[in-house]
Amino acid sequence: MSTPSHSPVTGKTFGVTVTHLTKRYGRNTVLHDINLDIKPGETFVIMGPSGSGKSVLLKQIAGLEQPTGGEVRIDRLDAADPRTRAKIRLALVFQAGALFNSLSVYDNLALYPREHRLADEAGIRERVMHALSILSLEKAVKKFPSELSGGMKKRVAIARALVMEPQLFLYDEPTSELDPVMSATISEIIGTLREQTAVTSIVVTHDRLLALSIADRIALIMDGRIVSIGTPADFKNSADPVIANFLNPVIDLKNPRFKQLENNHEQ
Amino acid sequence: MKQLTAVIGHIGSVVLLLLRTLSFVPTLGRQFPRFIEQCYLIGYNSLPIVTILTFFIGSVLALQSGHSMEDIGTKQFIGTLVGLSVVRELGPVMVAILIAGRVGSAITAELASMKVYQEVDALITMDIPPERMLVLPRLAAILVMMPVLTLIGIICGWYGGALVCQYTHFISISSETYFAALKAYMKNQDVIDGLLKAEVFGFAIVLVCCHIGLNTRGGPREIGASVTKAVVTSLILILVLDYFVTKALIPS
Repeated sequence: MSTPSHSPVTGKTFGVTVTHLTKRYGRNTVLHDINLDIKPGETFVIMGPSGSGKSVLLKQIAGLEQPTGGEVRIDRLDAADPRTRAKIRLALVFQAGALFNSLSVYDNLALYPREHRLADEAGIRERVMHALSILSLEKAVKKFPSELSGGMKKRVAIARALVMEPQLFLYDEPTSELDPVMSATISEIIGTLREQTAVTSIVVTHDRLLALSIADRIALIMDGRIVSIGTPADFKNSADPVIANFLNPVIDLKNPRFKQLENNHEQ
Repeated sequence: MKQLTAVIGHIGSVVLLLLRTLSFVPTLGRQFPRFIEQCYLIGYNSLPIVTILTFFIGSVLALQSGHSMEDIGTKQFIGTLVGLSVVRELGPVMVAILIAGRVGSAITAELASMKVYQEVDALITMDIPPERMLVLPRLAAILVMMPVLTLIGIICGWYGGALVCQYTHFISISSETYFAALKAYMKNQDVIDGLLKAEVFGFAIVLVCCHIGLNTRGGPREIGASVTKAVVTSLILILVLDYFVTKALIPS
C-alpha cells in the first residue's frame, strides 16, 4: 500500500516520532522506553492484549497526558504542548465515542467548525451533512447519543473526526464491543478513509483481524514494551511464538485452570 | 504535612483554572447561547426554591424575634431587625447555600461525567479549551444571576416577616409600621454589601465546583464522590468567606 505524504482532502499530513517514551502512574510503570517512527500517510496499528498499555500510548501521542520520560513529536512539534493542537488538526476517535451527550448528532459534528469559525452556518451544514453521508448517518442527524446503538456511536465519532478534516487520525479500539458484522463495517470505513484521505492513521486495537486488514505496519505491544514491528505479512509469516500465539490463540481445555473450574462446577 | 501540601496544591490549581478562564473573557460573545442557557439553569430554575426558602427565613426570624421583643417592649423594631438581618446576612448566605446544593452539585456532576466519559478529552483534542466552553459561561451566568436571586430572596424574606408580624396575634404589627422601621435604619450600602457578598459566594461556588468536576478521575463512582466533595467544600467556603467579607465590609 502506498503512503503519500500529502492528503488530497486535508492538504498536509504528518508523521509521528516516539522516542524513549516512559509512562508511570505512581510506582506502576505502564510504558517502558517506547520508540516508534510513524511515517506520513501511513496506517500504523498498535496491537496488543488488554492492559498492555496501548491506550495509554495513544493518550501520550494525542497529548492528553504528559509522559514521565521521553517525548512524542508530531512533525517535530511536542505532542504534549497544548500549542501543537492549534497547529495540527488531530482527530481522536475514542473507544466509547465520547460524544457530547447534551448535543444532537448534528451539533456534535458542528461543534468543531463552529468553535473554530471555519465557515458560516450554511457552510457548516454542508460539511456536517457530507461527513454524515460518507458514514450513512443522514437519518440520525436529529438524534441524541443516548438514542444510538454502539455501532452508530462509533460511526458518529468517526464522522465528527472527519468534519475536522484532520491531519492525523487516531483511533482507540474502534471495533471493541461491536458484533462481527459491525466490526467489519468499521474496518471497511477506516480502510476507505485511509484510501480517500491518505492521512496518517494510528489505530490502537486488540482486534487482530482489523489490524491485519488495514495496517501498513503493526507494532505488537505487551506489558508496556514493543515486542515487534512489521508489516501484516511479516506478522502472518512470523515464527515468533509470542506473535503466533497472539494472532492464533489456542484454547487448551486440558489446561489445569479449566480443570479447576470444572471441579468447582461439579461440587 | 501531606494534607497541607495537597490543600495548597488544590488552591493553586483553582487559581490556574481561574486565570485560564479569565484569558478567554474576550471570547464571551461567542459563548452567548451557552451563557443564556446557564442563566436559565442557574437563575430561573432556582427561583421557586429561593423564594420559598427566604420567605420562610424571614417569617421564622420575625416570629422568634417578635416573641422576645414583645417582652422587652421593642417589637416596633422587628422590621429593622428582620430587614437588616436578611439583607446583610441571611439572604446572601442562605441563597448561596441553596445554590451550592442545587447548582454547584449539578455543575460538578455534569463536568465530572464529561470528564469520566472522555468528553473533556474530546474537547481538548479538538483544540476547544474546556475553560472557554464549560467554565466561562457558568461563571458569567452566576455573576449575573446571583445578585438577582439574592435581591428576590431578600424581598421575599422581608415580606415573609411582614406577613408574620401582621397576622400573628402576639405581635400584631401592621405592614406600614414594619416597613417604616425597616426603611428607617436601612441604607443603600446595606443592600449593596449584601449583593456583593452573594456575588463573592456564587463566584467561589461555581469556580470550586467546576474545578472539582474537571479534575474527577476514575469511573462513575467518582462522579458521586466529586459531587459530595464539591458541596461540602462550597459550604465550608461560604461560611469562611462570609466572615472575611463581612469583616472587610464593616466600616472601620
